[in-house]
Amino acid sequence: MTKQKSVIEKTPASAAEPDKYLRMYQQMMSIRIFEEQVNDLYTRALMPGLAHLYIGEEAIAVGICSALRPDDYITSTHRGHGHCLAKGASPDRMFAELLGKEAGYCRGKGGSMHIADPATGNLGANAIVGGSAGIATGAAFSAKRLGNGRVAVCFFGEGALGQGLLYETMNLAQLWKLPVIYVCENNTYNEYTHYSETTAGDVLARPKAFGIQAERVDGQDVRAVYATANAVVERARGGNGPAFLLCDTYRYRGHHVGDVSREYYRSKQEEQKWVSERDPIKLFSDWLIAHKLATAGQLQTMNAEVKSTIDAAVQFALNAPYPDPLEVQQDVYA
Amino acid sequence: MSTLDVKTAMAPSATERELTLGEAIREALAEEMRRDPRVVLMGEDVAEAGTVFKVLTGLSAEFGTDRVIDTPISEAGFTGLAIGAAMTGLRPVVDIMFGDFIALVMDQMANQAAKVHYMSGGKWKVPLVMRTTLGATRRSAAQHSQSLHAWFSHVPGLKVVLPSTPYDAKGLLKSAIRDENPVVFFEDKMMYKLKGAIPAEEYTIPLGVADIKRSGDDITLVATSSMVQVALGAAKMLQEIGVGAEVIDPRTTWPLDEERLIESVKKTSRAIVIDEGYARYGATAEIASVIAEGAFHYLDQPVKRIGAMHVPIPFSPPLEDVTVPTEQMVFEAARKMCGKS
Ligand SMILES: Cc1ncc(C[n+]2csc(CCOP(=O)(O)OP(=O)(O)O)c2C)c(N)n1
Repeated sequence: MTKQKSVIEKTPASAAEPDKYLRMYQQMMSIRIFEEQVNDLYTRALMPGLAHLYIGEEAIAVGICSALRPDDYITSTHRGHGHCLAKGASPDRMFAELLGKEAGYCRGKGGSMHIADPATGNLGANAIVGGSAGIATGAAFSAKRLGNGRVAVCFFGEGALGQGLLYETMNLAQLWKLPVIYVCENNTYNEYTHYSETTAGDVLARPKAFGIQAERVDGQDVRAVYATANAVVERARGGNGPAFLLCDTYRYRGHHVGDVSREYYRSKQEEQKWVSERDPIKLFSDWLIAHKLATAGQLQTMNAEVKSTIDAAVQFALNAPYPDPLEVQQDVYA
Repeated sequence: MSTLDVKTAMAPSATERELTLGEAIREALAEEMRRDPRVVLMGEDVAEAGTVFKVLTGLSAEFGTDRVIDTPISEAGFTGLAIGAAMTGLRPVVDIMFGDFIALVMDQMANQAAKVHYMSGGKWKVPLVMRTTLGATRRSAAQHSQSLHAWFSHVPGLKVVLPSTPYDAKGLLKSAIRDENPVVFFEDKMMYKLKGAIPAEEYTIPLGVADIKRSGDDITLVATSSMVQVALGAAKMLQEIGVGAEVIDPRTTWPLDEERLIESVKKTSRAIVIDEGYARYGATAEIASVIAEGAFHYLDQPVKRIGAMHVPIPFSPPLEDVTVPTEQMVFEAARKMCGKS
């Protein structure tokens, strides 16, 4: 981990956007509490399948999506709950999907790794690493062709840097000046392997080789992510082509909830260091308070509100019915 | 699952131990790596992590990370590399974590590995093994649950292995590694904990020899991989209503032991083919046609096929459960065919 200057010293308060910042805080807290609940449901054996938590990475989804319009597109990953929530998904239907219930975004057909929702521009989370690079780039192609001013964001983990598809689509995107933003969330590990063991050379040099604008961003600093996203999103919207953001971050928990004995691939001290020194929510709340955009009391009230919304969403999902087994063949056209 | 269910007729019994299917695979790999320094393992999180299914645990400690190699998430890349390495003196065993990801390596396998030997006029060889998984009901949804072995079985130049017991898994994997040509080895991810007897002494099982898992006179249940246990369960239920079911496992979809399958059906005159892949253009279609052609005059009724439902595998448990063939489904189909009410 590279030593970074404290966020508080680095950036002055922007008086222009206090409400936006409070909304961003609330979204980050929603994702955090949502994921804590996923952890709880999973460990109580109430959630089937696998659960990949986004805890620790909240500033990226929130910073990026705060720079997007509601009709802009995103594609997401197996670690996608945060992206979906930040793009506007509601927690009750998210939880319902995670539990395989009919009220879920995909009527229970997709589950945790496949949340999709046209109403919020969510083209879908994807369980194939790097699998949505084509889809996101294609959405940008439509946006350009149809002239509707939309932008597409392709979220992926640094593990996806290993996939050839990414490079084929980045080449196309720059060649055709498509409004797509590739957001690489480098949370340091591909499953159980440090990214330095799987990734040669300078990551930013890869998009740069195509002539794509590429920036490295502190993924724990939501304001930095937001500011950078704003700039590249507007640039893309203006017809100036794609961008690539490399966001440094850390997943606090296991690769999935069941990954509890992690000492063989990373140390407890390393985990502790990120949690105690680089927590995106802590950094942001300290900044909000220091710049008098909120008091500790106000933030606590917000936390409590978020908590009760999430708790209600969990109850909704737990009480919701499963789909009728006959639905299995619904939407099969061939 | 009792040991009896999974013991095969061929297993010597003097010095048997019980191993899980996962342990049997690990033992086969370890033995072949000790025996042949050219064997290397490659894939995502295969070394210290021992794969996500923990099948390879301990191999990197014994053989080192020069021979048990973690790769980037670059399936097409490391498969292609393994093909080249196989052509030039190594015997790579590549690990594709979920069978669904074979879609990413299809060009390398179907257009490169499968064709190099023939296209070079028999000059180059590709002694490569690809291990991957199949099987649903793990609540992993549409991109982590498919059984796609038929894709490879369609291509001349690839051998395809589907072990259904720890004993078979070990013996077949050793043969696959010693084979001079590319072999794809599909493991049911839900069966890694299945236990079975394994002799202490070394053995191999040739590719292309079907195994009769249970004999009977009234109906033949041809079953592969995960479906062998389902067929054995159905056979027990059939026994109770006085129907003797023979359960036969081809063990490899290619080479396919046509003779043994046809022989069995000549005896029973009825056949159901059960496989967890899709029935449409699937392994069951090929096997049923082999039986129909080879035992036509002996057949009492058309051969029946049972496979996964023709849908992308859904996540929700009550939906996913109806997509996979069950003992009850096989029992009902067999009962009807045998005219029992
Ligand atoms: C093509 C493909 N290969 C392998 C996997 C198995 N897999 C799931 S997540 C993962 C690691 C992904 O790492 P990264 O992209 O950095 O995302 P993170 O989990 O760190 O968020 C792997 C190898 C997969 N889903 N798809």
